[in-house]
Amino acid sequence: MVKVLKSLGVEVDFIEEQTCCGQPAFNSGYQDDARAVAERFLSIFDTTLNDESGKDAYIVCPSGSCTSMVKVFYEELFKNSPELLNKVRHVSQKTFEFSEFLIKVLNTVDVGAGYKGVVTYHDSCHLLRELGVKDGPRELIKSVKGVKFKEMELHDACCGFGGTFSIKFPKVSVSMLDEKIECIINSGADTLVSADMGCLMNIGGALSRREIPVRVMHLAELLASRG
Amino acid sequence: MGFEEVRFEQDSEKAIHNKPLQKALVNVTNRFRTARNKASEDVPNWDNLRAAAREIKKETIENLDKYLLMLEERVKRAGGKVHWAKDAEEASQIIVNIAREGNVKSVVKSKSMATEEIELNNSFEDAGIKVIETDLGEYIIQLAGERPSHIIAPAIHKTKEDISKLFSAKLGIPRYDKPEELTKVAREILRSEFLNADMGVSGANFAVAETGTIVIVENEGNARLTTTVPKIHVALVGIEKLIPRYEDLSLFLTVLARSATGQKSSTYVSFITGPKRSTDIDGPEEFHLVLLDNGRSKILASEETRESLYCIRCGACLNNCPVYRKVGGHSYGWVYSGPIGAIITPQLMGIDKAPELPFASSLCGACKDVCPVKIDFPKVLLELRKNVVESKKGSTGIGERFGIRLWRFTVEHESIYKITNKLSYYFQLPWKGRNGKLNSLPYPFSRWTDQRDFPAVAKKTFRERWKNNKGETG
Repeated sequence: MVKVLKSLGVEVDFIEEQTCCGQPAFNSGYQDDARAVAERFLSIFDTTLNDESGKDAYIVCPSGSCTSMVKVFYEELFKNSPELLNKVRHVSQKTFEFSEFLIKVLNTVDVGAGYKGVVTYHDSCHLLRELGVKDGPRELIKSVKGVKFKEMELHDACCGFGGTFSIKFPKVSVSMLDEKIECIINSGADTLVSADMGCLMNIGGALSRREIPVRVMHLAELLASRG
Repeated sequence: MGFEEVRFEQDSEKAIHNKPLQKALVNVTNRFRTARNKASEDVPNWDNLRAAAREIKKETIENLDKYLLMLEERVKRAGGKVHWAKDAEEASQIIVNIAREGNVKSVVKSKSMATEEIELNNSFEDAGIKVIETDLGEYIIQLAGERPSHIIAPAIHKTKEDISKLFSAKLGIPRYDKPEELTKVAREILRSEFLNADMGVSGANFAVAETGTIVIVENEGNARLTTTVPKIHVALVGIEKLIPRYEDLSLFLTVLARSATGQKSSTYVSFITGPKRSTDIDGPEEFHLVLLDNGRSKILASEETRESLYCIRCGACLNNCPVYRKVGGHSYGWVYSGPIGAIITPQLMGIDKAPELPFASSLCGACKDVCPVKIDFPKVLLELRKNVVESKKGSTGIGERFGIRLWRFTVEHESIYKITNKLSYYFQLPWKGRNGKLNSLPYPFSRWTDQRDFPAVAKKTFRERWKNNKGETG
């Protein structure tokens, strides 16, 4: 992601204090723990955005899920703390998922990437349904030189990850994953691209276990390719 | 068959290994889903209709006391009787008493989730009153002694062969293999049951406060017969089924039929206001409306999850749910299944009875996308998860609590976070497989690695790479 952003002339900084947005605890029902971690996140990024150098800055995140935590679920998590809601709104206005940032803020579809392969795209649930991002990643993929894009069936069906869902109900999770993998194989693609590490870890974990020769890539990796 | 405790993990695994069930689930949910998608695309302002339906439900639920009293008054004015039931037991008692007073020997029923919820058939049988389900799917599961596995298609877990065997065994008839033949058998039996019945029991899809009208949608015509042929008609209706005005029906009937089966309208839509009038040729002499609470007012009291009561029971969330499509209805442990079951069962029965259900979702949100009243399922599920954690029930045991504490401690301290990242590189080495990934990890992570590899932690962390070269090279 850093590579792609820099190639487009974006100045990139990484705040080393940051760790996690709090989503794992929030999704597991531990809202107090989530709130503590989320407050830390908010305070770090709010301070940065208020700095002289951070005035025009954006927060870019290579995950639809983490981004939706900040942009959608922080409102929920802090609904009883009006003093923090201002911070939430300030930070979330400036927060973008990677593909959304390229398209909406940088107005870029062709990032000058090149990759030889047949690519299919898995819609991450949070990116698609919480953030409403559907066409952008596809346009970005199609603009990569050498890529043949193939839409799979059930491209918007959950892969079965769902955070702790995948280990609370592993059999259910894997049976959902089976269906996804069948769709990927049937699409004829040799590369699967998605924009969320959770899905990629889940799908990739089964593909490698089953020795299915489909390469798994984050959208940023594809866009950083110069092949 | 009474409700004990939901065992989602155990039951879902059985369902996943049941091949005919898996096939049936794919067929039925695909058929409903395709039909719904097409029907909703044909309506140009579909999302506006959903939003409008949600607003009306919100208004109704927030003023439920007012509308319930209005409904009661209008039903009485039309000559009906109104009964209030605080729970399943009271509702069954009321209905059985109505039957006893009317000297009822035989009851026909049309499809109703509320009667499934209170297990009314058991109460009739205990009282020595014969009761027959007349919806074909319900008739099948009544013969089999099972619960519905889908809100609108209760017997989808049964194959044609299952039904053929069941009919032959229970009805003492030869084996018929064609669905048409089986339907004909049921039709003939049911026809005479309608004519012999002293009482008909139905549910309702809507109860209109303004006019005291109950509305029933169906495709088989059995509800029309149930509510008109016997001399007594009893409708059991959950208190959330209200809509304020008669004119609201055009909107709700539009979204219900399309969301449920993809039809523009169901084959039959019955509007029932009180018993037969002196000028009517036929119709029941008595009309009783039994209003069922059974935990609903507890949901009403919870601002966070109140929208669970907006549900109009179309079943679209089931058909669109990737979890339901794999585990089927019975895994949810009670009469309601899929996303709506995952949110209302723990609330109606008590969260301690079904602590797994709020977690039985990947939070993908596909249910929210198709819900005709836009219930925000992920939001409600997250709230219920919080309640489970606070009540210290279910899979959120000591281990998980400790894990979350450890995670929190780590991510709250950058220095510890960095050390943990670094150390995990070395800790993982014993589990690293030939393909460079982690192939087997100890419990609870084995629940991942039993069927999936886990990515190995890189030797050099992102932070280190960032420090060295600001991420210039890969």
